[in-house]
Amino acid sequence: QCRHLLELLKRTTLHGESNSALIIGPRGSGKTTLLNHVLKELMEIKQVRENLLKVHLNGLLQTNDKVALKEITRQLHLENVVGDKVFGSFAENLVFLLEALRKGDRSSSCPVLFVLDEFDLFVHHKNQTLLYNLFDISQSAQTPVTVIGLTCRQDVLELLEKRVKSRFSHRQIYLMNTFDFKQYIKIFKEQLSLPADFLDESFAQKWNNNVQHLSEDKTVQDLLQNLFHCSKDLRSLHLLLMLALSNVTAQHPLLAVADLVEASKQRGADSRANVIHGLSVLETCLIIAMKHLNDVYEGEPFNFQMVYNEFQKFVQRKAHCMYSFEKPVVMKAFEHLLQLELVKPVERPTVRAQREYLLMKLLLDNNQIMDALQAYPNCPTDVKQWATSSLSWL
Amino acid sequence: MPNLEHPAYPAATLLRLESLVPCRESQVSMLLSIFGEREQFTFPSIFIYGHTSSGKTYVMRTLLNTLQLPHVFVNCVEHFTSRLLLEEILIQLQNCSSETTPASRVLCDNFNDFVRLFKQAVTNQDLQDQTLYIVLDRAEQLREMEANILPAFLRLQELTDRNVTVVLLTEIVWELFRPNTGCFEPLILYFPDYSIGHLQKILSNNHPPEYSADFYAAYINILLGVFYMVCRDLKELQHLAALNFSKYCEPVVRGEANERDTRKLWKNIEPHLKKAMQTVYLREISSSQWERLQHDDGDPGQLKGLSAHAHVELPYYSKFLLIAAYLASYNPVRTDKRFFLKHHGKIKKTNFMKKHEKTSNHLLGPKPVPLDRLLAILYSIVDSRVAPTANIFSQITSLVTLQLLSLVGHNDQLDGPRYKCTVSLDFIRAIAR
Repeated sequence: QCRHLLELLKRTTLHGESNSALIIGPRGSGKTTLLNHVLKELMEIKQVRENLLKVHLNGLLQTNDKVALKEITRQLHLENVVGDKVFGSFAENLVFLLEALRKGDRSSSCPVLFVLDEFDLFVHHKNQTLLYNLFDISQSAQTPVTVIGLTCRQDVLELLEKRVKSRFSHRQIYLMNTFDFKQYIKIFKEQLSLPADFLDESFAQKWNNNVQHLSEDKTVQDLLQNLFHCSKDLRSLHLLLMLALSNVTAQHPLLAVADLVEASKQRGADSRANVIHGLSVLETCLIIAMKHLNDVYEGEPFNFQMVYNEFQKFVQRKAHCMYSFEKPVVMKAFEHLLQLELVKPVERPTVRAQREYLLMKLLLDNNQIMDALQAYPNCPTDVKQWATSSLSWL
Repeated sequence: MPNLEHPAYPAATLLRLESLVPCRESQVSMLLSIFGEREQFTFPSIFIYGHTSSGKTYVMRTLLNTLQLPHVFVNCVEHFTSRLLLEEILIQLQNCSSETTPASRVLCDNFNDFVRLFKQAVTNQDLQDQTLYIVLDRAEQLREMEANILPAFLRLQELTDRNVTVVLLTEIVWELFRPNTGCFEPLILYFPDYSIGHLQKILSNNHPPEYSADFYAAYINILLGVFYMVCRDLKELQHLAALNFSKYCEPVVRGEANERDTRKLWKNIEPHLKKAMQTVYLREISSSQWERLQHDDGDPGQLKGLSAHAHVELPYYSKFLLIAAYLASYNPVRTDKRFFLKHHGKIKKTNFMKKHEKTSNHLLGPKPVPLDRLLAILYSIVDSRVAPTANIFSQITSLVTLQLLSLVGHNDQLDGPRYKCTVSLDFIRAIAR
């Protein structure tokens, strides 16, 4: 894919051909890295370096066609040329810019490279004017222009309008993470090893030996296997390694298995379970009441009054250590759960409806609740019993 | 307790830092190891989540201030639109280095301009390549702003090509933040809640100098015993501790008991704390009212709450109207005949009723009731004869304005207006006295 892209760009700059291409790949598969690598190689060719003009646009930053146009003007350093001119349409503006480029330099025009990051966000602009004009110019071949788009959506072509799609050359470069586990371990080793020109040679040697040793360790391999099964992209590997490496200090110079284990445990912690861990006993009882309601009524939404009823039933029949609280106190605990977004209202609350009768849904799974309860500190035993009981008295 | 060690920072500063953040040493040491030295690049974005009052904002602020790291601290609830947020960051950045030059007005509408101005501002200051930290508090508000703000902030290091890290502090878990098409995943850190031992330690630190630490610790023990089941929020507990301490000390001040007489102190304070749970904890009365009440030591029946059941004085007929509305909203139509007529028949339980026995109306909320039925029930519960004058109808309208009843349905409905009663049983009981 690297060669493909390199060829494409060379053709534009050296032979004056206009082109367009899309690089598609899931998040973290290295699209930007690939492009940067290719551009670096390209810049080493002298002719390219002197001629090529680059414009980098990002969908996250330029949320509007007008903003995008201003950015293009700025990156091509044509502000003083444009001045205060008012343009009738977008196309006129763009054509003017490219003309200005031509006249400014030599008789032959300069090739321009447009890089559009987060291409799928440009598609949502009004009328897709920017895309239409860019592709139009790349087809009409006055100035050699290459448009390269980077995106993570595979169906991005469906989002283009018909006229835009017809002007696009349909050249797509797919980047998929197609390596298997063995190559994954090799990548792991490569990332961790110090390069050959590191200053302290003996330390580099020790470090690399340690890395080799780590990659053959069974625990580490299991860890990496788990991560590999979750997501193949290299970004999560990077996160894990950086987290483990941050423990390396002068006193602790070599990476140990324990560091990696700890880092992966931290990454894999269930966030909802952590939140439940911090709730008060009253709030936990409310969650258990909601769980029972979900079981009985098979997932239909409930309201606060129902939950309060369940709670009262529990307190009157089974509890020895919990005494009944007043309704407003329970309401305050319920609102805390709302604030933490463990419970969500089914529809937006209107002014007229009372808060207690608003229908809600619980955003936690039964398994999550049971697991979290096991880890809950100082849980009163009858609360635990209530959680695991099935409702036979209804 | 492990000492915080880090080669880049002097040991004295670290010791001071440790004294300022009790019970949070492991989180601080983790943050320090991630931040590394001043010039080192760190993760582009860090996401810190934890319970209310688990010290996220406090620890971040103390850490950045004590170690003198260049930072910008913005609260997303205070600056709730993207424009306010971006402008505030740029203004704070200007103030960061030079205190002498006044902050000029920056105009920043969208993220594109922000990136450009940010790059300029960072190069203008002589940060010497130190990492700049942008801390966004209450970051769940970022989801409500435009869709590109959150992913753009997560990638700020890549977009601006500078040494900057964005830290997001919030209570909501990361899974609810993630945008649909994915984004650059931040490093996720969890601030665990304080255990009961930690809470005790932190609360006991604030003891007033007149009394001994043990005395205060015993008081905190009692307080936690009453309130721990209900709430673990450090801020609330601190508030309650501060308010009730004077009452606790009363027997000692009056000379009835000395500091060690725990039983007498407990008997004195226990009803007081129970009352506090119903009023101050719920913010029904303000803390100044509470303190005044303690001084007067008056009859607790005179407590006037914010959600003022006793405040509303309704005229005679309005009270009956409200009670009639409550009865009408919550009882199904079938039972009217039974309750309100002199000679009632038996109600036959049909199959239909058996299936729907479980969902009582009390659980589902009030049902709308047509005007005729409301008036019919009113006539039957008021002892004397009531004439259907305009007076009655105007009282219904005023109840609607008070939002004790609510009007359901359009104005042009042919069947007549339908009303719903919006108050609870406790309120009705309070009125009926």
